[in-house]
Amino acid sequence: MDPASYAPTPAGWTIMVVSITMVIALVSYCTVRVLTLPPVEMDDIKGPLEIDTRDTQDAD
Amino acid sequence: MAQEQTRERWGSRIGVILAVAGSAVGLGNFLRFPGNAAQNGGGAFMLPYFISLLVLGIPLCWAEWTMGRYGGLRGFNSAPGIFSVLWRNRASKYFATLALLIPLVIYMYYVLIEAWCLGYALKYLTGDLMMGRDPDAYGNYLNNYVGADADGALFSGSNPSFLLILVVAFVLNFTLIYRGVTKGIEMFCRVAMPLMALLAIIVLVRVLTLGAPIDPDQNVVTGLGFMWNPRSDRLWDPQTWLAASGQIFFSLSVGFGVIINYASYLSEKDDVVLSGLTSSSMNEFFEVCLGGLITLPAAFIFLGPQVANFTGSSFAVGFVALPNVFASMPGGQIFGFLWFFMLFIAAITSSVSMLQPVIAFFEEGFGLKRHASVTILGLIVAMGCGFVAYFSKGTVALDTMDFWVGTFFIFILGLFQAIMYGWVLGIERGETEAHRGANVRIPRFVQYVLKYVTPLYLGIIAVLFAINNLPSKDSEVAKLPSSAHAMLAEGPIGSTLVDVMKNNEINFPAAGTIVDQGAGAWHVLGENGSLLYKIKDETLYQHSAGQIEKVLSNPVAVSSMLFVFVVLGFLMVMVHIAGRRWEAEGRLSYGPESPTN
Repeated sequence: MDPASYAPTPAGWTIMVVSITMVIALVSYCTVRVLTLPPVEMDDIKGPLEIDTRDTQDAD
Repeated sequence: MAQEQTRERWGSRIGVILAVAGSAVGLGNFLRFPGNAAQNGGGAFMLPYFISLLVLGIPLCWAEWTMGRYGGLRGFNSAPGIFSVLWRNRASKYFATLALLIPLVIYMYYVLIEAWCLGYALKYLTGDLMMGRDPDAYGNYLNNYVGADADGALFSGSNPSFLLILVVAFVLNFTLIYRGVTKGIEMFCRVAMPLMALLAIIVLVRVLTLGAPIDPDQNVVTGLGFMWNPRSDRLWDPQTWLAASGQIFFSLSVGFGVIINYASYLSEKDDVVLSGLTSSSMNEFFEVCLGGLITLPAAFIFLGPQVANFTGSSFAVGFVALPNVFASMPGGQIFGFLWFFMLFIAAITSSVSMLQPVIAFFEEGFGLKRHASVTILGLIVAMGCGFVAYFSKGTVALDTMDFWVGTFFIFILGLFQAIMYGWVLGIERGETEAHRGANVRIPRFVQYVLKYVTPLYLGIIAVLFAINNLPSKDSEVAKLPSSAHAMLAEGPIGSTLVDVMKNNEINFPAAGTIVDQGAGAWHVLGENGSLLYKIKDETLYQHSAGQIEKVLSNPVAVSSMLFVFVVLGFLMVMVHIAGRRWEAEGRLSYGPESPTN
């Protein structure tokens, strides 16, 4: 098949631009919201990766 | 000091999200997604893809985050414990065994693929992989590199560097796990995820500025058209919807047993709604915005329309098509290194997350310290990894485990978790639990979607998937002229059959044989004795072996399934013992939950 026949159609451009725009908008919104949230009280911070599972205390 | 505290707090919040996103972002985002989209309607694939994201992916993510935190607040971090407090029934913890088996077994073969990526990256540094444009050369190189020609090839001394790289990847994973969730996984993901994005963007910029080095019509624009032009007729094909749903399901790591474990460490003031949405959207960014713009457009520029020959296999796209691209690209050696190193990072952020659910189970189920749990887990996965690495011929062991555990069992666990959220925890309680500490609200209708639509949708997909993949199928290719049939009946293969196959664009298999089945039926076997075509009633049928036949017809595949069931049995015994221990300690109770809980 001729490579030129794969030139993007208006529908192809539209789907690509809309898909990428939607995803970038969503990830931007979420990231900005996360980064601008008010700080949590120190005692409250127990993120999954922050938890000290106490299992390495005596690990050698 | 105040600044330090603020940075520390924010770092932890984003660290959690990066770790979950790192778990989800893997090779599938860069290799499987573009191939899947191009094969299933191009741009038309995106409609079922986004519908699946909204109906299946994000709601299930929220459900897993919510259930994980719910179990964590009641003192459990492993799936058997979490399931036991969600469904206060003695049987529930046994269902959770799947949430241990899936990440454990996937790790056993995933670390091999991870080592391929690291190995290829290093080969680009040394220039060994700059072999010019020749798909066959790269195909042969891959076969040799992964030991696909014979079982035990990797241990025959022909490729000692690969075993060393495998050990390095293995040790790196276990070092991160041994260092613990904070100093290991979190610290690594905080560096790895931005680095991965940076490397992908560098490669993307290079692809978008490639121009048309081979043919004026093979440029980045036509490459984008190849990937994104919609073939709207495919929207009516159930296969397109199945592929899109499967892509979303596997890409977001739902049903893996990882999110539920990670979320179990959250406090009730932490936000699961925004965190879940953010990690999902990050995964989509890597998949749609980077994977969708890099892989196939780049391959199209150098390979043209024949890139379609590679889209059926992630490995073919990643390890055969793209090395052709890098070989032709100015600066291809460095971009090849950057690409495969990025894939290695994507793989390791995923593989390291597969170990944590089992580590958490060993620790809370048996009171083991980290060094003991890591040692036991290391021995188990080393055996599994050794099994997959040894039985490397045709990657049968890897493919068998990937289909049954890495695909089929995930549907089952995902369906079970959807039912657990919608019907056991209940959407009223689920909504309350999800919104504890939440900074954004889940729209109310999503709860109904989770209760009714998601399980039904997932169930339909699972059934269609099973129908499509489990049984073997014979599809009619052509009617044979009576002369061909007569020649077959006389004994030796007649040229007429070869001509009929040629007329239908089928090459008679090299070293193929025809076996008389009696009663006017023949089988055309391939070089390795596999059944390729059937001739019956003067009709030629193409035979597609289903997954059940693939297992039953190959001793290595049978052994792989036996291995999986041995691991499953071992884990079930462990879960049983842990459950008895929790009951004795008074940590588990059965029957209806009191309203105060």
